[in-house]
Amino acid sequence: MDKILVVRSERCMACKTCVLECAAAHSEEKTLESAVNAEEIRFPRIILEYEESETFPIHCRHCKDAPCIAVCPTQAMSRPNEESPVILNRDKCIGCNACIIVCPFGVIKRDSDGKTLTKCDLCYERLEEGKDPACAAGCPTGAIKYVEVSELNLEKRKESIRKYKVSLEKG
Amino acid sequence: MAKELKFADEASRQLRAYAAEQNIEVVWDRYEKMQPQCGFGTMGICCRICTMGPCRIDPFGEGPQVGICGANADTIVARNLVRMIAGGSAAHSDHGRDISHTLLMAAENPDSDYKIKNEEKLKAVAKIYGVETKDRDIKEIAKDVARKTMEEFGRQEGTIVMATTAPPARQKLWRELGIFPRSVDREIVEIMHRTTMGVDADYKNVIKQGMRASLGDGWGGSMIATELQDVLFGIPNPIKSMANLGILKKEKINLVVHGHEPVLSDIIATVAQDKELVEKAKAKGADGIGVAGICCTANEILMRRGIPIAGSFLQQELAMVTGLVDLMVIDVQCLMPGLRDVARRFHTKLITTSPKAKIDGVEHIEFNEKDAVKIARQIVESAIENFANRNGHGILLPEHTEKLVAGFTTESVFQFLGGKYRSTYRPLNDAVIQGRLRGAAGVVGCSNPNTEYEENHITIVKELIKNDTLVVTTGCNAISCAKHGLLQPETAFKYAGEGLQEICRAVGIPPVLHLGSCVDNSRILRVLANVVAEGGLGNDISDLPVAGAAPEWMSEKAVAIGMYFVASGVYTLINHPLPIEGSKNVYKYLTEDIEKEVGGKWAFEPDPVKAAHKMLRHIDKKRKALRLKPMMYKQAFKPEE
Repeated sequence: MDKILVVRSERCMACKTCVLECAAAHSEEKTLESAVNAEEIRFPRIILEYEESETFPIHCRHCKDAPCIAVCPTQAMSRPNEESPVILNRDKCIGCNACIIVCPFGVIKRDSDGKTLTKCDLCYERLEEGKDPACAAGCPTGAIKYVEVSELNLEKRKESIRKYKVSLEKG
Repeated sequence: MAKELKFADEASRQLRAYAAEQNIEVVWDRYEKMQPQCGFGTMGICCRICTMGPCRIDPFGEGPQVGICGANADTIVARNLVRMIAGGSAAHSDHGRDISHTLLMAAENPDSDYKIKNEEKLKAVAKIYGVETKDRDIKEIAKDVARKTMEEFGRQEGTIVMATTAPPARQKLWRELGIFPRSVDREIVEIMHRTTMGVDADYKNVIKQGMRASLGDGWGGSMIATELQDVLFGIPNPIKSMANLGILKKEKINLVVHGHEPVLSDIIATVAQDKELVEKAKAKGADGIGVAGICCTANEILMRRGIPIAGSFLQQELAMVTGLVDLMVIDVQCLMPGLRDVARRFHTKLITTSPKAKIDGVEHIEFNEKDAVKIARQIVESAIENFANRNGHGILLPEHTEKLVAGFTTESVFQFLGGKYRSTYRPLNDAVIQGRLRGAAGVVGCSNPNTEYEENHITIVKELIKNDTLVVTTGCNAISCAKHGLLQPETAFKYAGEGLQEICRAVGIPPVLHLGSCVDNSRILRVLANVVAEGGLGNDISDLPVAGAAPEWMSEKAVAIGMYFVASGVYTLINHPLPIEGSKNVYKYLTEDIEKEVGGKWAFEPDPVKAAHKMLRHIDKKRKALRLKPMMYKQAFKPEE
């Protein structure tokens, strides 16, 4: 299994379902209700970036050689095992912001307490249950998908062949 | 960096920049924070009607194509759309109902603060309802008219009587199509019934009911509001005044009325001139009491009393940012709850008055027609008291104002064209027939932060008058036109085509005629009916070389207005599409096929110049069908040969 989150921004309707699903998946009872009524409200981890009237859902890329892990002085940022996503342990986080500085994607952000940080953990708990990350599972248009890298590549190769054939036919 | 206004009048630009500097959040800031906005809502394919849902249709075809009940995108889009019409029609019509009640009160209670100001108009309305006027006391006539108009709202049998003022051919068509409105309230209730879970699923049938309810608004509720307001507050006559925030004066008590009805604001305008109160103001160091309006309340008292206009919908918060508004009193509709938070940053006292429109945390002085003057006095005194609390904070006085002429009506304006002694629409019809005028356009409606403020309004109007098309305006478009100096007779010589210039010169009118508030769109309907009746331009409204536009629309009321114009046979253009893009069938029906049924249709065009050209093309199509003469003068936008 080598799956990654793939975003097709042209399908994003900006409905923010992914944001709500993200919050729910990280709540006590894994429901939207418990997320919005929590004693301590936590920010959702997925970010919707809006640029020239197009919306881009942005996640942590869970880099294989993650600079955020390298710079973290307290081992709050870690990858528990080879297969695991990059996970931030809030209890260990001292809010030094080093990871924010080195992250090439700008997806680590300050949490609602104004001190600690938060980021996408790829819903590792859901993955263990054999489910897709909540944002992908909840997306009503398939703008966010959790797909096998080999499948994605195969699809892309086929698409490029199609385009190549068309260009040959057109001369 | 907060978004700057690029096109709007100078006062708005300055105040918006000042608000941003001071971290005072206004409508444009909230709009930016709301981005991106949900595409399902924008396209009309989110259904929240029952709790098996909410359901959403995937516009890309990969996900669900029907809701849990099986309703497809067509059904969902149509239901959502007509519910907007229900909201809009309800707003206008509830306003109309209240005016009927006020008329009854004025007729029954000799001590009422409201009087019958225009007997001629009362008799004209009486005639529509078959109320006997000969040798009868005016109050007796008024009582009957008030009751007859009230019946229109809850009528159980028959159809709306006021709608019989539409051209006969149009009435016949409505009856054939089954969309002649039966009663104002009933059609709104029926929309809610048909669109609730598991009722009407045929999108065309759903939209048909939307048309019927909107006609109940335009030719019913709104028209009753307009007609009876003329009876109670007087028929407007062309009147000079000023517009824009520069009319707020440092040395005066500034009382701003905002909302939609003249019932309170008209009385406030009178009370503010009361000698005793003016003396009180002077004792506090102020040089008198200035009343200024925002939104349609402003239009109502502008056209009847010449009370200056402070601003349009998007300026309601900016007025407070001047730091010069001592009191803002609001009634109903288009009131941003954000006013509360802006008011807190200044000394401005905000007061709600309608039991239908309260804002928590805001002082409420409930208005009732029985104690109108008493309550108005209380409000004016409160403004005087608050003058001393001006703290200099935020005072930035934009000097900008523009002169304007407003107060045209169905009765006055077009008779102008006939000269003082010839009260007829003939010259207007002849001007169109002979090619001096290409046609006429109604440009109306709101402003919306999703569009560069005022750019569409002003550009579209200028492009139309440049091409010899007479423009009539109401609502917030009228206010934008006023602020940009388009409501002056001289405007014709700056911007209008030669043919339109000739008419403006001969009659002394501006090329853009201010016809009033948003319920006064019913005046435009009546004008169209009168033009048809005058003859020479076809038998029905759909034959006329006219078009309508709401170039910066935002409100449900705009959807109701647009639909009653379409169902009356008018080509109606708005900038951003209705929330129907999730259904190709509904989109095609409303922008194409509906024209075969009712003669009017919807069009969407965000570019204001292209929009004006689309309207002109439609006007040309109608001219061609009527075989009218070629245009007398060269047209900037050439008609297609």
